Amino acid sequence: MMQALANFWTEWSSAIIWLAGTLGASLLLLVALLIIVAFLILFDRKVWAAVHLRRGPNVVGPFGLLQSFADLLKFVLKEPIIPAGANKGVFLLAPLVTSILALAAWAVIPVSEGSFFGLTQGTWAISDLNVGVLYILAISSLGVYGIIMGGWASNSKYPFLSSLRSAAQMVSYEVSIGFVIVTVLLLVGSLNLTTIVNAQQTGLGTWAGLPGSLLDWHWLALFPMFVVFFVSALAETNRPPFDLVEAESELVAGFMVEYSSTPYLLFMLGEYVAIVTMCALTTILFLGGWLPPLAIAPFTWVPGIVWFLLKVGFVFFMFAMVKAMVPRYRYDQLMRLGWKVFLPLSLGMVVVVAGVVQYGGLGIR
Amino acid sequence: MALQAFFFYLFSFVTVAAGVMVITARNPVHAVLWLILAFFNAAGLFVLLGAEFLAMILVVVYVGAVAVLFLFVVMMLDVDFAALRAGFVQNAPLGALIGAVFLVELVLVVGLRFAGGAVQSTGPAPAPAVGSTMTNTEAIGAVLYKAPFVFYLEVAGLILLVAMIGAIVLTLRHKDGVKRQSISAQNARTPATAIDIVKVPSGTSTVPGKTRERA
Repeated sequence: MMQALANFWTEWSSAIIWLAGTLGASLLLLVALLIIVAFLILFDRKVWAAVHLRRGPNVVGPFGLLQSFADLLKFVLKEPIIPAGANKGVFLLAPLVTSILALAAWAVIPVSEGSFFGLTQGTWAISDLNVGVLYILAISSLGVYGIIMGGWASNSKYPFLSSLRSAAQMVSYEVSIGFVIVTVLLLVGSLNLTTIVNAQQTGLGTWAGLPGSLLDWHWLALFPMFVVFFVSALAETNRPPFDLVEAESELVAGFMVEYSSTPYLLFMLGEYVAIVTMCALTTILFLGGWLPPLAIAPFTWVPGIVWFLLKVGFVFFMFAMVKAMVPRYRYDQLMRLGWKVFLPLSLGMVVVVAGVVQYGGLGIR
Repeated sequence: MALQAFFFYLFSFVTVAAGVMVITARNPVHAVLWLILAFFNAAGLFVLLGAEFLAMILVVVYVGAVAVLFLFVVMMLDVDFAALRAGFVQNAPLGALIGAVFLVELVLVVGLRFAGGAVQSTGPAPAPAVGSTMTNTEAIGAVLYKAPFVFYLEVAGLILLVAMIGAIVLTLRHKDGVKRQSISAQNARTPATAIDIVKVPSGTSTVPGKTRERA
C-alpha cells in the first residue's frame, strides 16, 4: 500500500505540484481581477457622471465605493427568468461562454516582470505562452459566440437582430485589430507578450540618444496604429460609441433583453472583463506594459505591477471619457469605418513597417 | 508525462463525442455548436503536440471566423429536418459507400504506419535542426517563405483573392436612386455653402411667384 502510494507520488508529484501552483496563481489572479473590475465599473460610472455634472453612485458605502458589490448581491438574489420559448441549454450556456472566455484571456497577460513569489515562471503571468498574442486574439474571436448564442436562444426578435449586428461588428473589427497586432509583431519579432514589453525598453527615444523613457514605447513609433487599435478595441468590446448591440433606442437592451438575474450579471461581467483585457492589451502592445515612464532612479523603484495598473487605469479612463462624450455611430458608418478606413490603413501600415524593419531600421529593432 | 496523457485522452474523447453529436443532434444550430466544440478540442490536441501556432490559427480561423459564418447561415435558413429525413433511406446506400471508402483509406494509412511500412510523403519533410531554440511560429515562417513553398503560398493567396473578388462581383448590385452618405462631401460643407440667408419682406414669400395672402 505504502509502496503503491510512493510510486504514485514519484510518478505524479511534479504534475500535482505544477497543477496546484497554477491553480493557486489562477485563483489569485481571478480574485484580484474581479475586485479590480468591480471598482472599475464604479470608476466608469463616476467618470460618466462627472462629465454629465452628476454625482454618480454615492449612496452605498463611502463615496459609493460598495455600489458594485450591492449590484452583485441584487443580481444574484433575484430570480432568473427563462422565457418559455427559449432554448434552455443554449440560453444558459451563452452568458457562461461570455464570462469564462473573457476571464480565460487573462491566463497569458503578464502584469509585471520577475517571478510571482515562485508560483509562476519568468513573469507575472499564469502561462508565458510563446504565442500569447495569438491566444488572446483566438479567445477574443470566440467572444462573439456568447452573443450569438444568447440572441438566438432567446427566441425573440430584438435579441436576434442585435446578436447579428454584434457578430458582424466584432468580426469586422477583429480584422483590423489583427493587422495592427501584426505591425507590432514585425517590430518585435516575437509573439510572446513578455518579449513585446521588453522590446519597448529601446526604441525611438534611445535611438535619439535619450535615456529609456515613454518615447521608446510603440505608441509613438506606431502612432496611427495606436489610434486604430484604440478605436477598434472600443468597437470590439461593444463600448460606446459602437454599442449598437445594446442601442437602447432601437433594440432595448440588445441581446440581453430576455436575460435577468445571474445570467445577466455574467454577461455584464464578461463584457467588462473583456474591456479590461483590451486595456491591458493596449498597455502591453503600445504603452510599455510594466516599464516605468522614465528609466531613471525614482521611477525604477516603483514595482512594475503599479505601473501596469496605472496604465490600464489610464486607458480605461480614456474608454470612459469616450463613452461619455461621443455620440453613437450609425450601423453603416460603423461598417464603413471598419472596412473602408481602418482595414486599408492598417494593411498599408503593415507594408510600411515591414519595409522599414527590413531595409531602414530607424532605431526601431 | 502523465498529465499530458490525461489531457490527450480528455481532448480526444471530447472531440470524438462532439463529432458524434454533430451528426446526431436534431437541431441544426446545436449541431454547429457541437462542431465548434470539436474544433476547439482539436486545437487542444495540437497544443499537446507542441504545435501551438497551428492550434491558435485553428481557433482564430475555423472557430472565430468560419464557424461564425456557418452558424449565421444555419440560423437564418429555416432548415426543415423532417423533409431532410424523408430522403434518408434513398441516400443511405450512397452515404454508406462513401463512409466505407473513407474507412478503408484510414485503415490503410494507419495500418501502414503501424506495420512499419514507409508512407510515401509528397515532399521532403523539413526536420528542425537538433537543439534549435526556434519556436514553431518561426519554423513555419522559415519553411513557408523559402524557395519551393513561397510560390505555393502566393498562388494559394492569389486563388483566395480571386475567389473573394468573384463572390463580391456575383453579389454586388448597383441600384439607382439610393441615397448614400458621402462623408467627404459632408465634411467639406461650410456655412457659406450650406446656409442661405434671405431677407424676406413682410407679405412676400421666398418661393418665387408666390405671394402670401395677408390675413
